[in-house]
Amino acid sequence: MEKETCNFSFCKKPAIEEIETDLLLIGGGMACCGAAFEGARWANPKKIKITMVDKAATDRSGAVAMGLSAINTYMGDNDPVDYVKMVRNDLMGIIREDLVYDLGRHVDDSVQLFEEWGLPIWKMGDDGFSLDGFQAKEAGKAMLKDGGKPVRSGKWQIMINGESYKVIVAEAAKVALKTNREATGVATNHFERVFIVKLYNDAKEPNRVAAAAGFSVRENKIYIFKAKAMVLAAGGAVNVFRPRSTQEGQGRAWYPVWNSGSGYALGLQAGAELTMMENRFVPARFKDGYGPVGAWFLFFKAKATNSLGEDYCVNPEALAEAKAKYGKYVDTLGTAIRNHLMMRDMKLGKGPILMNTHHAMEAINKTFKEKLGDKEGAKKVKHLEAEAWEDFLDMAIGQAGLWAAKNIEPDKVPSEIMPTEPYLLGSHAGCAGFWCCGPDDIGAPEEWNKKWPAGNYNRMSTVKGLFMCGDICGASGHKFSSGSHAEGRIAAKNALAFMLDNPGYTPTIKETADHLAAELYLPFEVYEKYKNHTTAPEINPNYIKPKMLQTRLQKIADEYFGGIGTWYMTSKTMLDEGLKQLQILKEDTSKMAARDLHELMRCWENYHRILSVEAHARHILFREESRYPGYYYRGDFDKIDDTNWKCFVNSKYDQATDKWEVKKVPYVQMVEDAAPVKH
Amino acid sequence: MPSYVITEKCDGCKAQDKTACQYICPNDLMALNRDLMKAYNQEPEQCWECYNCVKICPQQAIEIRAYQDFAPLGANVIPMRGTDSIMWTIKFRNGLLKRFKFPIRTTAEGSVDPFKGKPEADMAKIKQPGYFTTSKPMPVIKK
Repeated sequence: MEKETCNFSFCKKPAIEEIETDLLLIGGGMACCGAAFEGARWANPKKIKITMVDKAATDRSGAVAMGLSAINTYMGDNDPVDYVKMVRNDLMGIIREDLVYDLGRHVDDSVQLFEEWGLPIWKMGDDGFSLDGFQAKEAGKAMLKDGGKPVRSGKWQIMINGESYKVIVAEAAKVALKTNREATGVATNHFERVFIVKLYNDAKEPNRVAAAAGFSVRENKIYIFKAKAMVLAAGGAVNVFRPRSTQEGQGRAWYPVWNSGSGYALGLQAGAELTMMENRFVPARFKDGYGPVGAWFLFFKAKATNSLGEDYCVNPEALAEAKAKYGKYVDTLGTAIRNHLMMRDMKLGKGPILMNTHHAMEAINKTFKEKLGDKEGAKKVKHLEAEAWEDFLDMAIGQAGLWAAKNIEPDKVPSEIMPTEPYLLGSHAGCAGFWCCGPDDIGAPEEWNKKWPAGNYNRMSTVKGLFMCGDICGASGHKFSSGSHAEGRIAAKNALAFMLDNPGYTPTIKETADHLAAELYLPFEVYEKYKNHTTAPEINPNYIKPKMLQTRLQKIADEYFGGIGTWYMTSKTMLDEGLKQLQILKEDTSKMAARDLHELMRCWENYHRILSVEAHARHILFREESRYPGYYYRGDFDKIDDTNWKCFVNSKYDQATDKWEVKKVPYVQMVEDAAPVKH
Repeated sequence: MPSYVITEKCDGCKAQDKTACQYICPNDLMALNRDLMKAYNQEPEQCWECYNCVKICPQQAIEIRAYQDFAPLGANVIPMRGTDSIMWTIKFRNGLLKRFKFPIRTTAEGSVDPFKGKPEADMAKIKQPGYFTTSKPMPVIKK
């Protein structure tokens, strides 16, 4: 098929604005808000310009847009060494321990700032019961920074009243950006509703990032940002596999539906090396509403069972079977293994799997009444019930709506849980992302810091000047919201150090502004060229609309790369076939068509999704084992093979030739093994 | 649960410089029909039900109705977001009502002054671990 090109014969040429800045922050979520806050303080005295570009409104952008009911990473009295052990266990033994330790030793500062800025944090009351953020303040409970005791729902998690979590964090970032405008005399440095499509490398230094191009989702305007360094935090990838929902419900993804793989696609097209892209996350959540289960498991001590009332995590036969394939990794029952055991029962027809909320509430009711008497006990139970609902209302409101629609009162009936469709991410319980430089003071191999090809700057990718954080800094999951903010701060500070070490650099790119405009507006040109050929614009043989592009991607990913349709099973032959089909889909993207700016964004978002999924499939193909049972299985290598595969898998994409190089990189253990688990 | 706009209540934010729901939606779903001067959700199957449009609407013209591919009819969840707390009313299909009130922030909106009382950045430390706020030495892994 002939490729389409845009020379503005059919669609109108947009206005083009070129902006020269120093540090460009791509994304407006937790990570880039951290980058803006930390970055401004270091940049202002040196009059270094910082610019943030966000595809949405920063008050409510990124994964925390709805709010959260907990902060999942707060060390408090814990040792970051133990945090490394927990993350390593949950991610099946292979993580960058330098990055994880570094995150652990930095993260609390961000959480303490959130509280100062106004985030209500639960504290332990004198009677051993929890106080919400207001009650804690009224009771004169100390703030975290002064040693205040948070309410732990698990060893690492603390409870918050987090409806406005992102609004508060964004407010601090926006003020920081304002101070940078004042210091540098720049009129505008915060762009909302501008979607970055592509990064461009320097004309003279091919492995250095120099510019980012995007478009306004509100007016016909292209933006070209030239920068001396960039912090990229444009999120993981959601709705890349066919979801369990069928129509409207597709929006109710567990992870934010607007995370379209832009973080991965932007970086890999610039040539940054990826790591652990074979990793994915398949959370087990309340069915359909995908509401959080963490508080029910950890805080209310609810048990999940199959429908015969059996705890599938203690079945000796299932455990022995799993152990034969996955060895010692079964012993500690990480998230992937628990998923595996749950799915085994589902496949045996022992579903639905149930979260026994009613038994948990009954037990709590009994304990409280015994401890406090009937009246006071009932009062505390009511308080606890509110807390259970708040868990949903702060972060998955639709789950509350679904329970209401199904007349589910958690104290009376259990609720179904279910493994979701796969997601690609690196900040939650996943670790897909880029291979980044780490800290040089904690004994990590020098190849990971001092001998870093692009220079020794923490969180810099293999592309010079391009820093990664949040969902896309790889092999270092379990950062969550607070860790993403903390990592954004590390990245921005190091990006500024890099800039100060390299004065006199002026970014230049070989592509002209007109060329970039034509590239970004191609879907408009295609649509305008052909739209009158048929009477219904949705059905036209000359182009593909973004919705169908996404649907085709999801179908390929689901059927060949181990989605829900095959119970997460794939193999070399399946991957090879899927990659062939994906290649054709990639070719068809030259014919993607957009009717308006909203669809133009959807076109490029789906292009980003396609590249993210391709990286994922190529990594799964390369790793000849099933490292993450419960997330995906290689039917042809259904075991964990530490002898050959206790290593990172890294890859690099060459945009010019459309070729991938995939390789093994040695894993290095820095923190000793955890004490063995007794059964 | 895609958002929907109640015709009678929506005034297209005509008194303001931009439509509130269009401004806030993280997924760019809310659009304004300029002939009617009313907002609508242009892509309901991409709605995360984050409720940001519902919470921000000055006319309380936006509500959410359950995703019909898995949720039965007849329930609703309605927030009323104030400056320091939020009230929720949950109506079950069977008519049961639950009401909750939760804190949302302990400081006044717009009052965050993030650098107030914080140290200046010490440029000599830019290549060391820690932040500009860090005063104690950063821990390292003990062998």
